[in-house]
Amino acid sequence: MQYHSPESFAQAARLAAEAEGVTRFLAGGTDVLVQLRADIVTPDTLIDIKKIPGTHDITRNGDGSWTLGVAVPGAELGEHAGLVADWPGVVEAMNLVGSTQVQGRATLTGNLCNGSPAADSVPAMVAASMTATVTGPDGERVVAVEDIPTGPGRTSLARGEVISALHIPARGENAGDAYLRFIPRSEMDIAVVGCAVNLRLDGDTITEARVSLGAVAPTVLLVGDAAAAIIGSTLDDAALDRLAAAASAACKPIDDKRGTIAFRTEVAGVLAKRVARIAYARAKGEIIKGHHG
Amino acid sequence: MALDDRKSDGFTFVGTRPNRPDGLDKVTGRARFGADASAPGMLHGAILRSPHAHARILRIDTSKAEALKDVKAVVTRADFSDKVEFAPGLEGDFWNILENVMAGDKALYDGHAVAAVAATSALAARDALKLIEVEYEVLPHVTDVDKAMLMDAPVIRQGAADYSVPEGMHPNVVRKHESGHGDVEAGFAEADLVIEDHFTTEATHQGYIEPHACLATLGADGKGELWCCTQGHWIVQKTCAALLGIETANLRVTASEIGGGFGGKTTVFIEPVALALSRKANKPVKLVMSRSEVFRATGPTASASMDIKIGMKKDGTLTAAQGTFRLQGGAFPGGPADFTAMCAFAPYNLPHVRQVGYDVMTNRPKQAAYRAPGSPMAAFAVESVIDELCNQLGLDPIEVRLKNASREGTKASYGPRFQRIGLVETLEAAKAHPHYTAPLKPGQGRGISCGFWFNHGGETSVSLALSEDGSAQVMVGTPDIGGSRASMALMAAEVLGIPYENIRVTIADTATLGYNDVSHGSRVTYASGLATIKAARHAVEKLCERAAKKWGIPVDAVKWENGCAVPSGPNAGEFDPLPLADITADMGRTGGPISGHFEATPEGAGVSFATHIVDAEVDPETGKTKVVRYTVVQDAGKAIHPTYVEGQFQGGAAQGIGWALNEEYIYGADGRLQNSVFLDYRIPVASDLPMIDTVIVEVPNPGHPFGVRGVGETSICPPLAAIANAVSAAAGARMRQLPMSPPRILAALKADG
Repeated sequence: MQYHSPESFAQAARLAAEAEGVTRFLAGGTDVLVQLRADIVTPDTLIDIKKIPGTHDITRNGDGSWTLGVAVPGAELGEHAGLVADWPGVVEAMNLVGSTQVQGRATLTGNLCNGSPAADSVPAMVAASMTATVTGPDGERVVAVEDIPTGPGRTSLARGEVISALHIPARGENAGDAYLRFIPRSEMDIAVVGCAVNLRLDGDTITEARVSLGAVAPTVLLVGDAAAAIIGSTLDDAALDRLAAAASAACKPIDDKRGTIAFRTEVAGVLAKRVARIAYARAKGEIIKGHHG
Repeated sequence: MALDDRKSDGFTFVGTRPNRPDGLDKVTGRARFGADASAPGMLHGAILRSPHAHARILRIDTSKAEALKDVKAVVTRADFSDKVEFAPGLEGDFWNILENVMAGDKALYDGHAVAAVAATSALAARDALKLIEVEYEVLPHVTDVDKAMLMDAPVIRQGAADYSVPEGMHPNVVRKHESGHGDVEAGFAEADLVIEDHFTTEATHQGYIEPHACLATLGADGKGELWCCTQGHWIVQKTCAALLGIETANLRVTASEIGGGFGGKTTVFIEPVALALSRKANKPVKLVMSRSEVFRATGPTASASMDIKIGMKKDGTLTAAQGTFRLQGGAFPGGPADFTAMCAFAPYNLPHVRQVGYDVMTNRPKQAAYRAPGSPMAAFAVESVIDELCNQLGLDPIEVRLKNASREGTKASYGPRFQRIGLVETLEAAKAHPHYTAPLKPGQGRGISCGFWFNHGGETSVSLALSEDGSAQVMVGTPDIGGSRASMALMAAEVLGIPYENIRVTIADTATLGYNDVSHGSRVTYASGLATIKAARHAVEKLCERAAKKWGIPVDAVKWENGCAVPSGPNAGEFDPLPLADITADMGRTGGPISGHFEATPEGAGVSFATHIVDAEVDPETGKTKVVRYTVVQDAGKAIHPTYVEGQFQGGAAQGIGWALNEEYIYGADGRLQNSVFLDYRIPVASDLPMIDTVIVEVPNPGHPFGVRGVGETSICPPLAAIANAVSAAAGARMRQLPMSPPRILAALKADG
């Protein structure tokens, strides 16, 4: 195994492009090292990107948007008061991943690139309209988060490409986001269904919304019908029922060890309602703490 | 110690709560567990396991692995003792164990060992496994107990059934148990309401935190040393010696500290393999299982399919009960169908009762004991039906159980008459507990269940040696899985009359003490405790002899009181009390070292009952369950160290919550285990559990000098049923299948309404 610790993303991309066999980028390592030790994936080339300048930074830009370094662990997101105030849904989603120890290492970028449809942070990132800067051998491109995963364990990143930063739009006024997942226990588990909602209000009326579901299809879903079900409403019972129906309708789940098709489809609707209520309350200015489980 | 210091129950030390002697070692990391041993020149072992649920092994080619310079030995079945019978269909536990630790002609389950490697590093051993070529002929498989009994089911092994199985049953049914008394049909005819229902439970794993690990050395001279994590090292010694074809006494086995067992470490899995590797490589070999190996290839409990029929009169009197219990025990005989059947109706005084159990083989790992093996699933089925009878007849569940409870003199459902037992006392204590009458919130339900376990005595040896300074060392042979060193020290202190802190209890190795059965059957505080008391009394006899000699009076004129020899009465003469330390200080000159010994197979273990109260809350939209309040009431006979008794009560409840709600072995259509890590094998995490309240009931066991009954196992008998009854009440739908996972509860809610 070749281990590299490049000083720039351009160098990292070049190393990856030139590498043969299996290549993995190492930031928090909470997937890569676990898979290595469990004899699931033994990379031929391991490129440690967390020594690249800027990868540990949380930056609020002049326009109110945020740039997140790819090695920022979940714990640091949770401890950043400004980010929590702007994007509580993104932060609470990431903070649900793993244990306290894992939170000290695990990153949003890693959670995204692991390609799991059940990744907790990804629906929240999708609902928040987050984007990623992707650095490749031929330069950079900016990609919507929802366009990164293409299936279980697979991404749209080409050989030699590496995510070099994540971006969250400016929060703006009268808006809120939230994430909930269903697990049978209270923590330390993988989502059976995950749902994120991000919305904006004009008075009591929802003017913008994005609804995203996890663990109900081969990739995290951005569900336009579910957003349409609540845009223009005050999140009254009828709108919530339409939201639940649209969320359930979008599900293309499987029966597996974690849940059944019927269960996931039903609970996707239940969670969508519960998450929308939290996002709505946050858009109204209420402080609602993140939930475990 | 002055008489006025004595506790009101007549005990000085018994019943107090000192720190456990192994506590500091465990919290500082100084304790040495199975994987903490190493030896000069040590190799690391790894085991190749079958990826198939059922396959004939046509060929194993180890040559590429053996060609690696880091590889020092490769073993397959060919390397084990030829003294052990290989012919299929023969009886014999050793043959079954051998077949399980290293597959013979066939791989019988996903994870079955087929070859092993010893190499200079753990990584080299792991990689060498990939070079071993195994040619399999994949065979049809079955992992479900009911399907395994169908006539078209694949046969795991012809001829494995014993005499008890009637003709015409599938060869996978290997044993039948039947017992009871009276005429159940007549009993059902007397009932005002008869309910018949079907229940299933899945296999669950003990989930001990420490994976199996050992360090083995076996030389060409046939002499060996084995360090391993086990609940009983004499059975390891005996089994490994047989499998390796050496004399028992030539293998010395030392038990490491143990990170949980719960019955799952009462047999061998990797130890004979490590010894075989060591003999071949002529080096010490360390072998440590991964968590995935623990799940795939050690012994979970059996899964069960059960039919229950119970009749009740309008006043709550039980008229008759019958049950059929099918236990899936993996690819070998041994599923606890007899225990399941015998425990099922034990709490109740039934004029008419009949129970039938079937031990059924499937393509799953060989089940091992798990805390009261067989009893919890029986209680789940039986107590669910009793709950439903109470509901439909509008009767209080505790009153009904009190009305029908087994008492002293009751003819037990499994045969004998009960001696002094404490079931009624646990029910009365549960009824009086504030929990039972506390109001429930909307969406919550309350469940009650009783539970029963036999408890066990077993072969036991203890030695106690006094030191010159008056301290004592106690050598016991039952690995400490529940705080037993503290309990032994308390009992020895009680007899000797010296402080708890002056007694050191050690788990002796097989070379330094007589035979001991494993720490199972809730037997340690009972049997090793009894033996410790008797060994201490033996030492006291000798102490009295020395005092008598010193005073020049007959030994029967001396008695032992508060750690001193004293004249037994005014006629014996006037002598100052002679403290233990004064006698031991001179013992070398007055007759030599003073020790006490006791060896026996005590048979007065005393059966045990418990009653649990559970409140559960169900989210009607997702089927998610939360246990919000839990109270364990159990008869301990006499609690030697109440904190560890409470710990056993709480531990049983915690494991029961996992078994009831989310734990299960999940097999795919390919017969492979789908969830062989803790991520998807969902044991409860700390935040899933409420505070588990405990009530210790003490109805002394006449078979123990201080009244002890074992407490380790009974605590897991009621939880499945008590939780199921609470969840069924909260959900408004009867849950008949464990685990009561959210998808199952949501489906039941949908079906119901």
